[in-house]
Amino acid sequence: MHLGRVIGTVVATTRGPGLDGIKFLIVQPLDKHQNDSGSAVVAADAVAMAGPGELVYFVASREAAEAMPERFVPIDHAIVGLVDHITLADDGA
Amino acid sequence: MKLARVAGTVVSPISHPFYDGQRLLLCDLIDPDGTPNGYLIAVDVVNAGVGEHVLICDEGTSARQIYGISTGPVRSVIVGIVDEIS
Repeated sequence: MHLGRVIGTVVATTRGPGLDGIKFLIVQPLDKHQNDSGSAVVAADAVAMAGPGELVYFVASREAAEAMPERFVPIDHAIVGLVDHITLADDGA
Repeated sequence: MKLARVAGTVVSPISHPFYDGQRLLLCDLIDPDGTPNGYLIAVDVVNAGVGEHVLICDEGTSARQIYGISTGPVRSVIVGIVDEIS
């Protein structure tokens, strides 16, 4: 699991089977200090509460499909939580 | 499995049901010689402390086995606290 920042939303009315009702958000993966790391992905919002600007954590590959109510849907990234705060030891916290 | 050092904690009041009440630790992945190699957020089942070296199981089926569940969005689980690496 990694950190991500929600930077946008995607609307796609024509979808594959099992994807109905799933909110798609654009997520920018982050490193542990919350700097951009790698390219943005479109993730399903398994928490249904994430909005633009939100700091989240997300799972990839099969675990993303496992986050959905219906099993084995074609999802490869899914937001599974919103971050309230992070305390890092090397920040002197 | 992967070697890591626990770098800190992640507090998340809103999450997928599986993660409700789970302890989330941000872990710096390291090579056996200590070279940093990325990071992971993992759920902790052995009560690891910040600064400790740990073993992370980073594969979904094994992770779900740890929780005795057949489905769930979990992959990275801290399964051991390392005393020594030689």
